[in-house]
Amino acid sequence: MPDTGIGARVLRKEDARFLTGRGNYTDDINRPNQTYAYILRSPHAHAKIKKLGIAKAAKAPGVVAVFTGADLASDKVNGLPCGWLVHNKDGTPMVEPSHPALVTDRVRHVGDQVAVVIAESRAQARDAAELIEVGYEELPAVVSIADALKPGAPLVWDQAAANTCYDWELGDKAANDAAFAKAAKVAKVDLVNNRLIPNAIEPRAAIGEYDATSGHYTLYTTSQNPHVIRLLMGAFVLGIPEHKLRVVAPDVGGGFGSKIYHYAEEAIVTWAARKVGRPIKWTAERSESFMSDCHGRDHVTHAELALDGNGKFLALKVLTKANLGAYLSTFAPCIPTYLYATLLAGNYATPTIYCSVRAVFTNTVPVDAYRGAGRPEATYVVERLVDEAARISGIDRAEIRRRNYIPRDKFPYQTPVALQYDIGDYHTTLDKVLKAGDYAGFEKRREEAKKRGRLRGLGIASYIEACGIAPSAVVGSLGARAGLYESAAVRVHPTGSVTVYTGSHSHGQGHETTFAQLVCSTLGVSLDNVDIVHGDTDKIPFGMGTYGSRSLAVGGSAMFNAMQKVIAKGKKIAAHLLEAAEADIEFANGEFRVAGTDKKKALAEVSLAAYVPHNYPAGLEPGLEEQAFYDPLNFTYPAGTYLSEVEIDPDTGALSVESFTAADDFGRIINPMIVEGQVHGGIAQGIGQALLEGCVYDGQGQLLTGSYLDYCMPRADNLPSFKVDTNVTACTHNPLGVKGCGEAGAIGAPACIMSAILDALRPLGVASLDMPATAEKIWRAVERAKTPKAA
Amino acid sequence: MYDFNYHRPKSLADAAKLLGGSEEAKLVAGGMTLIPTLKQRLARPSDLVDLGGIGELKGIRREGNALVIGAMTPHAEVASSPEVKKAIPALAALAEGIGDPQVRNQGTIGGSIANADPAADYPAAVVGLGATVITNKRKIAADDFFKGLFETALQAGEIVTAVSFPIPEKAAYAKFPNPASRYAIVGVLVAKTGGGARVAVTGAGPSVFRLKAAEEALAKSWSAAALGGLKVPQTGLNSDIHASAEYRAHLVGVMAKRAVQAAG
Repeated sequence: MPDTGIGARVLRKEDARFLTGRGNYTDDINRPNQTYAYILRSPHAHAKIKKLGIAKAAKAPGVVAVFTGADLASDKVNGLPCGWLVHNKDGTPMVEPSHPALVTDRVRHVGDQVAVVIAESRAQARDAAELIEVGYEELPAVVSIADALKPGAPLVWDQAAANTCYDWELGDKAANDAAFAKAAKVAKVDLVNNRLIPNAIEPRAAIGEYDATSGHYTLYTTSQNPHVIRLLMGAFVLGIPEHKLRVVAPDVGGGFGSKIYHYAEEAIVTWAARKVGRPIKWTAERSESFMSDCHGRDHVTHAELALDGNGKFLALKVLTKANLGAYLSTFAPCIPTYLYATLLAGNYATPTIYCSVRAVFTNTVPVDAYRGAGRPEATYVVERLVDEAARISGIDRAEIRRRNYIPRDKFPYQTPVALQYDIGDYHTTLDKVLKAGDYAGFEKRREEAKKRGRLRGLGIASYIEACGIAPSAVVGSLGARAGLYESAAVRVHPTGSVTVYTGSHSHGQGHETTFAQLVCSTLGVSLDNVDIVHGDTDKIPFGMGTYGSRSLAVGGSAMFNAMQKVIAKGKKIAAHLLEAAEADIEFANGEFRVAGTDKKKALAEVSLAAYVPHNYPAGLEPGLEEQAFYDPLNFTYPAGTYLSEVEIDPDTGALSVESFTAADDFGRIINPMIVEGQVHGGIAQGIGQALLEGCVYDGQGQLLTGSYLDYCMPRADNLPSFKVDTNVTACTHNPLGVKGCGEAGAIGAPACIMSAILDALRPLGVASLDMPATAEKIWRAVERAKTPKAA
Repeated sequence: MYDFNYHRPKSLADAAKLLGGSEEAKLVAGGMTLIPTLKQRLARPSDLVDLGGIGELKGIRREGNALVIGAMTPHAEVASSPEVKKAIPALAALAEGIGDPQVRNQGTIGGSIANADPAADYPAAVVGLGATVITNKRKIAADDFFKGLFETALQAGEIVTAVSFPIPEKAAYAKFPNPASRYAIVGVLVAKTGGGARVAVTGAGPSVFRLKAAEEALAKSWSAAALGGLKVPQTGLNSDIHASAEYRAHLVGVMAKRAVQAAG
């Protein structure tokens, strides 16, 4: 069925409901006798709670209950757990403070949860929350990394000296220093990776429900991984046995990582639903999303790249400080370490790499994975350095990359930072993008722009990412407190249609289509005869969910393996029906056939026999339903190179992105249209980071970018039409040969855009600029460059 | 949003009566600022008097050498009006650049100027074109209308009914938008009129203001070159996370020149 199988540009099955407003999101769900929760949040970045009076609120119209941290504590509700343990350089564990769902004595960021009001309506809950009397004693706050590390800085956590969560390293420092000592030249950069607010289009929401007759809890929530939430909340926070807790993540309107984590509101509504004996719905307002969804990035880095006389990279040294916010979110500790430092080899054969990361607490919203998660940060460091290396050694930027790429014949390639890349072909990808983006013709375009008074620059950036997260034993050895396999169950119905239950979760990625195409090609059924079920722990096998571009590589592989089991069993049934030896049965295009004959049985005939086993192999179980768990053998390594061109109006600093060309290697591609959509979205987000987005707190920890009036998301008129192309090397270790495409754009684009801006400004003498490269920053850089240096 | 009494009068007289009926009553025109303010519980009016049902406040008409735009006329209507495009194309273009399509279809000229947001576009047109604000009580010259940050000459019970724009010889509006809100970081409207030149700046200061130095230079010679030596002091200009006062001062000069170029 080549028209709907692997490789076909099939229109998305889910779009009929999404595009006509008939999706079923958490806030669309209403339970009988439902109440509404409003969370009272801290207006201060750092304060002691001296008094918390709820009596007036409890008596307000429509109020069902008001709960505080003391109520949670007296019910022995635990704090939100952290899913990753990182160790310091000296082997001691990181500082791991508590993370209460409702605070008891101290607030640590604007938006911290102080109390919850449950009422008959949202408005009544909010009205009552205004009657809660909180006596705050404000404490000095630390906001930026620099503030947090100042001697004598106020402490976010008393047990975290110098506000440090951990001071971690990767690589052989002595070997690294020795390599630097031999360098002909050293490229250096100091840069900031700007803090971002995720802004999924659907704000977070949660409904908790308790059935007193069965002791069964249900949580509907905006999650990328319902089983992870069930495990974390059930086992660690509320102490609910997992068979008594169902977590449903229905249609989810975007996550970008921010909906991976277990959030306080989920635990609050689930716990309180039992207390009040009624379902409780909580839906974030957009302003709450800004101050309570985990943020992303927020690094400050100094990095150096040692070169020999021919521009070959000898050694890389990266010293990073990372802001983790006030609490450790679910995966926070691993983002600036194992998802960052391990990617610093980039696409290059740099022999030695050393990275040190100091992670700090501040009085800000917790920081965790956001589309790319560590890998955009790594790519930005590496590619800024490579551009700088090209500049100081007078080598063309494409050429210096070509010269240092890991050659095609060196795979599998062991990097000096733990990962082993299985396959790649960076040179071909580079050639493709240089041609598609007309690299050779750029200087003409620069000249032409100059005549119009515009500064035109060309950006280039390569990236690598580690996706298909992840081999459980490997991440376990690195501190993960979870396995990272995926599950699938394939149910062939008696008449041959198929339902697949996946542990992956779709929140915009188009899984219902991509996975169905995989089933089409593997089992030979038509697209209409396949449904994909996800997002409900009472339906699907235990799954780890969707993040880190893992769904197809890990979830798809589980699905493929389950289908192989279906085929294997089907062969036994077909052999019996066809009176042939099992070994002689071949399966292709939905038919079991005796090899070399025209004797065959369609899948639907075999499935019917499986469920109506009148004439059936002796000893074989009836039914045709199989399950598989897939634990990947390695990460997958999508890689690519991007070109972009920008034009700058030097009078105002205003910038326009004139073109963006991508060449990516995602391995084998199931649906090119969906892949292009993922790349487009990722690039748009990456351009957002480079030019527009930046979370700003004032010195007291007030969030200044708390709405769309002040936090700038990329819009269509900020973007050119993207040109995207692919170069395929199939992943060697999963059965599908796939790598993952969800994050690539967001990983490569920031570096590529900043490369273009600095290329435009370099003729004026501008050597460095931080993201987001706003018009004023660019104008100032131009003005500074114009001012003659003082003698 | 707190509870309030909602009224939708059919006539201006009824609206004025309702507005006078309570000290905490507020008018709502397009609601583009008021409704978000209510949703965030930053205002607590007792009564909302919706002007949307009053037909006499809508519409665009030519009166002699002036264009009269009803207070409840939405931006999209001004932007697409053949009458406006013909008489004062700069005004149509300015309206076309406000917010986004939803805002342009809902927001009104009367609401915009009565709110007097320092970064709104319309104040630049009202002052730059030397318009007259017509209320249910009197006529107010543009130069007397805007008094400061979210402050106007409007008195209690006074309702803007229309704005009368004298038709200039030429005019243009150049705006440097805030990339997030699309309000003006700096917007400059220049107009050449029988009486000379007018230059109004929005976004840069706490309220729209005229740039007299530029007006004098343009009165002598209507050209971008005439503004070559223009130095805009940054004293008193807005400074926030989107733009420093220094940058805004610089942009005022650049936008003024671009507006003159665009006006031709």
